[in-house]
Amino acid sequence: MEMSRPLPVATPTTEPFWDGVRNHKILLQQCNDCTKWVFYPRTNCPHCLSNQLTWREVPGDATIYSFTIARRPTAPHFADEIPQLIAVVELAQGVRMNTNIVNAEPADLQVGLALKPIFKTIKDATLLCFEPVK
Amino acid sequence: MGLRGEAAIVGVAQYENERRYAGEKNFFTEQFAELTRLALNDAGLHKDDIDGLCCTAIRETNMFAPATLAEYLGIHVNFAEIVDLGGATPVGMIWRAAAAIELGICQAVICATPARPVPSNPNPPAIDHSRVFGSTSNNWGSPQAEFDVPYGNVAQNAGYAMIANRYASLYGYDERALAKIAAQQRTNALANPLAVFRNAPITIDDVLASKMIADPLHVLEIVMPCAGGSAVLLANKALAAKSRNRPVYVTGFGEHLTTKSTTYQPDMVQSPVGPAADSAFTMAGKKPADIQMVQPYDCYTVTVMLTLEDAGFCSKGDGANFIQDHNLTYQGDFPCNTGGGQLGAGQAGLAGGMTQVIEGAIQVMGRAEERQVKHHDNALVTGTGGIMSEQSAIILEGA
Ligand SMILES: [Zn+2]
Repeated sequence: MEMSRPLPVATPTTEPFWDGVRNHKILLQQCNDCTKWVFYPRTNCPHCLSNQLTWREVPGDATIYSFTIARRPTAPHFADEIPQLIAVVELAQGVRMNTNIVNAEPADLQVGLALKPIFKTIKDATLLCFEPVK
Repeated sequence: MGLRGEAAIVGVAQYENERRYAGEKNFFTEQFAELTRLALNDAGLHKDDIDGLCCTAIRETNMFAPATLAEYLGIHVNFAEIVDLGGATPVGMIWRAAAAIELGICQAVICATPARPVPSNPNPPAIDHSRVFGSTSNNWGSPQAEFDVPYGNVAQNAGYAMIANRYASLYGYDERALAKIAAQQRTNALANPLAVFRNAPITIDDVLASKMIADPLHVLEIVMPCAGGSAVLLANKALAAKSRNRPVYVTGFGEHLTTKSTTYQPDMVQSPVGPAADSAFTMAGKKPADIQMVQPYDCYTVTVMLTLEDAGFCSKGDGANFIQDHNLTYQGDFPCNTGGGQLGAGQAGLAGGMTQVIEGAIQVMGRAEERQVKHHDNALVTGTGGIMSEQSAIILEGA
């Protein structure tokens, strides 16, 4: 059986983020009370539990916090993607997220590498990926 | 604060770890019952002594697991706990059981982790898509389904590989030191008749020549899943005195959780082992130098190195040097996972973490035979769940 790549299904809370990504924009939540940035999207700030969060567009400049190159698929669904360039990136706002690095060779990846966002559409979903700043 | 050290491990049971289990298949309720019988026999105690139980989720029901097990075993309990801490579950069970005994609500508590295959269902249900990524939930609404799974950061390998690469960027990475953990634990497994790899010695070079799974983790640095199962019986002082084994008292514990995904850890290379171990040491009135052997959770080699650092056996960044400077075998100056750990003995589901508890207990009891450690009055045991993000630690001491 062919297993297709799993794609995100937005929830009422996370929908603005995925809508933004579909329109090639990065929207993050910022807490009105403690001013910290929040990712992934939530109803309550994980720093102070405030429920007053505001969506703001950010440029998306980021660096690699860590990465791995999966030589074997992390699940059968990713068998066509080998090697998988999986990374955790840190945005300028201090939040971290999982992503895939594109337009790069495995040997290019290193902690601290400067990245910019790139939007990758698969079927009817769009994923937020990153590529090295040339 | 904490335990007085009045609850003891008095009996243990372990199925052989087997990569291809060909024996009779039984449900988790049935395995739990048989493991309980074996642990009672080992202790020399009676079914009616048991008045508490700790379990994992069981295959046969999504709800009411403790009551289902109590009913199945015919035991009436004053304390019933389902523990859901991934690999930290067994250590988490042990301190909860000890606490229930010290509170005086129980005299004996059984903690069991069945992990053999169950019978094939003649009417198999449709595939449960919420579980296709193992420990990573694919349920709609779970943060993992939405923000881990689409990028392939599923299950454990990628997360631990990222911990290792982050560590490498900050402190350097001595791959031979990491491989030495796997090789020396394998030496220990050769002396463990229940270990999957009891007949297969490996060298550091073998580890480094093995297949790369997720950089920088080689396949021989990753646990091998297998079938198995285990149980530990704890009791109060009065029952411990009647047991045929040297009582192994739980004198300290700690537990600390931060995240499910390692992505959101405050610092990917500072694991919650730190606070968990600190609590255990403080409660037991011990420091790392007092510990005669360690049984650290070892889903990966890097898990062991970070555990040794964060528990305080060496400083952050000095783990590789510490490993290079010590002999980790049961005959060595720093006995570590003396039964092979899970890297050497195999990982039988949630019984994997019980491997470390039982090895600590039988070493302290003095029943480890060929692999018996010379000085065996105490042990530190740790459990790791999530992606190095939920931790339990206990200190065991012989009477
Ligand atoms: Zn806030």
